[in-house]
Amino acid sequence: MKPVPPSRTGAGPSSPSSPAGAEAVAVEGLTKRFGAVQALHGVGLAFPAGQVTALMGENGAGKSTLLKILTGDHQPTEGGVRIGGEPVSFASPADARAAGIRIIPQEPEIIPHISVAENVYAGALPRTRGRLLDRAGLRRRVEADLERLGFADVLDPGLLGSRLTPAQRQLVEIMRALTGAPDARLIAFDEPTSSLSDGEVEALFTLIRRLRDQGIAVVYVSHRMQEIFRLADRIAVLRDGELVGVQQSSSTTEGDLVRMMVGRDLSAMFVRQRVATDRLVLDVKNLTTDDVRGVSLQVHAGEVVGLAGLIGAGRSELALALAGDLPVRGGSVTLDGAPLPSGNPSAVIRAGLGLAPEERKAQALFLQQSIRENISLVVLGRLRRFRFVRRAAERDLAREYMQRLRVRAPSFDHEVRKLSGGNQQKVVLARWLARKPKVLILDEPTRGIDVGAKAEIYRIIAGLAADGVAVLVISSELPELLGLADRVVVMQSGRITGELSHHEATEESVLALAMADDIAGPSASGASS
Amino acid sequence: MTSTTTPPSTDVKAGEPQPPRRGRIALLGGQNLSLIGALAAVLVLFGLLNDNYLSWSNLQVIAEAATLTGLLAIVQTVVIICAGLDISVGSQAGVASVVSAMVFTSTGSNAFLGLAAAIGVGLLIGLLNGAVIVYGRVNPTIATLAGLAAYKGLAQLLSDGRAQGYVLNNDLFVFLGRGKIAGLPVMVWILIAVALAVHLLLQYTDIGRNLYAVGGNDTAARLAGIKINKYLIAVYALIGVVAAVAGILLTARTGSGQPVSGSEGLELKAITAAALGGAALKGGKGSIGGTLLAVALLGCLENGLTVQGINTFWQNVAQGALLVAAVVIQQRRSGERAVGLPH
Repeated sequence: MKPVPPSRTGAGPSSPSSPAGAEAVAVEGLTKRFGAVQALHGVGLAFPAGQVTALMGENGAGKSTLLKILTGDHQPTEGGVRIGGEPVSFASPADARAAGIRIIPQEPEIIPHISVAENVYAGALPRTRGRLLDRAGLRRRVEADLERLGFADVLDPGLLGSRLTPAQRQLVEIMRALTGAPDARLIAFDEPTSSLSDGEVEALFTLIRRLRDQGIAVVYVSHRMQEIFRLADRIAVLRDGELVGVQQSSSTTEGDLVRMMVGRDLSAMFVRQRVATDRLVLDVKNLTTDDVRGVSLQVHAGEVVGLAGLIGAGRSELALALAGDLPVRGGSVTLDGAPLPSGNPSAVIRAGLGLAPEERKAQALFLQQSIRENISLVVLGRLRRFRFVRRAAERDLAREYMQRLRVRAPSFDHEVRKLSGGNQQKVVLARWLARKPKVLILDEPTRGIDVGAKAEIYRIIAGLAADGVAVLVISSELPELLGLADRVVVMQSGRITGELSHHEATEESVLALAMADDIAGPSASGASS
Repeated sequence: MTSTTTPPSTDVKAGEPQPPRRGRIALLGGQNLSLIGALAAVLVLFGLLNDNYLSWSNLQVIAEAATLTGLLAIVQTVVIICAGLDISVGSQAGVASVVSAMVFTSTGSNAFLGLAAAIGVGLLIGLLNGAVIVYGRVNPTIATLAGLAAYKGLAQLLSDGRAQGYVLNNDLFVFLGRGKIAGLPVMVWILIAVALAVHLLLQYTDIGRNLYAVGGNDTAARLAGIKINKYLIAVYALIGVVAAVAGILLTARTGSGQPVSGSEGLELKAITAAALGGAALKGGKGSIGGTLLAVALLGCLENGLTVQGINTFWQNVAQGALLVAAVVIQQRRSGERAVGLPH
């Protein structure tokens, strides 16, 4: 258990003490349904001891669901988990932990006002005989752990949770995973490097290799190709909830993996006439916010521009900044040639820009109120006489847009919370259609809604473009984005990494830009000024 | 300004979603129906126990006693609809009561100046509450809890802790406190006028819609272009003004400016009435009709218990129990899971 020298990159031989290659944990015929949504479909995958297995796939491919089943957060609809060949079932995360399965979450859960030591042992703090906290014992135990894991130089056990750097927060999670009985058998890292600096990434990789050499099965989820090729022994690719294949990292290429991740038929749902004009409506120059760095993009009247990127690329933050809800640090935005106000949603709406935000329930809808009230909210100024809302006009408006968007509900006085996700999204769109904006930003307009409603949303978007609205669509579903957009702009880490015309844009080309590790490299975008 | 793109076919109303013909009973709502039932039960019970309870003169006593609670409950309902709260309303009324009487006395019995000063001070206090909450980012309960203490102290400082001035030598104060129009006390007419105005505001204007939106989902309201800060500060200012009216009526009723007596504890009654009346403490829900019914219920109950000679200490217990019961029922209806601290 004492420090093991870090091994070299690649699938090198592991330390003789561990039965490398033996199946530590495996899933079999794993299927998970959430209502009508099938998140996993018959996935069978082994995680051998002493190897790093990378898990890849687009957003929504099923990686998180697989991890959550492994760690007992979700229970499979069919199939199950095997440990050392024996089937097991986890009713809770505590069960999975007791079986030696640990996860390092993407966002470490650190309690801010207590020390590192207390954070590591939260929930299992050592006690004195008088039921008091055994501070000395805790300190001794954590110091021993730090020594054993080689973190003694980088982590002070007395430091408060709120003072930790992102890397230290992750170390606390790793310590949680590696302390306590029984010893860890499988450790899963969920996009661990997203908030780490280069040096910290190196240290993490050294640690992961050490864990591997101790015979632990490591699962590594990441979108970053270079990391995966440096670290992983095997690479498993998921797509639409199915396992596409498992490759040895020594015998595959980036191109192969991207093809495995996407290879899907474009549905015929997206056939529409291209109506984009040359009239520039939205012109964003060098926009900078806390999460967006120097973004420039243009949307013309009648044009649908798709904004692609992985989760966390800064797309929603860009949308919220344009809508006036996040502070702008630099750059300029004009709408129809006039500067767009910043930091003031109501002025932005008056200028003619609407946003249908990512989280429709949390950010757009008034769930306890009626369809009518939800639709009319942004046009009340037009519907009122003196300050009184003209009820008849409001009803006509609600009726008209319910019909045009085919909102399925018994009446426009129906509460919005009782509608399906697709109908709720149509209510959000109806609100903005009624407002008749010049620019409409749609953030994940089809998330969590069924295929039929999706097709209708696509029809509505095509109709908006035909009416000359400049439409910016953010979507994590690439086929959808490629089908809808006249042009695809790709973001990564708050920057635009490229821009592809309708003809150039394929899932491969978009994904390559979205996962481009080297942000500073030559950009396909001509718009950066 | 109807939409220009409306196809002609949509003018035909047949065959498409129509609002259901809601009967009068449905319009009242389940909450209001149970309140009416409870009110009827209270009236029948105490009417049987005491012949005098349902007499016109006793009903007027009930109405007058409930006026101050009613005024404060109405504005409490508005702030609860916005997902806020104001527990300093009683103290605000106390300050206004003292100010109205003292300014009246010190300006040589100028009633208008007394009233104007009280309302001006109420407005300032309301704006201060709103600014502390919105710009100071202080939780409304904490901010107005501080106000509860601070404004009470302010009223005591101004008045040296004693009843101040004597106003019943003035026709206007006498009219406000004792006058009648068409057989009903002027105080009750004021309550009706305020209730009607706030009801119209909430139900028929775009301002009202926006208030419900702010309380229902503040993020969505902001992204829909509603200036949330402006609305919240205006609501607290409205509370200050209406609390000042309540304070003036307290002065007119008792004949002098009262720093504490008569206004202390009104916040509890106002919040209880709003919650009983169906205003959801999470915001976005509530109505003046329900609140007024609850005010009537509380007033009739309190008077009945007094008439029966029940110790006022028990009345406090009853009031506290009612508030908790009202909120428990609300949470049950909204299907809250019993995990951790409620929001």
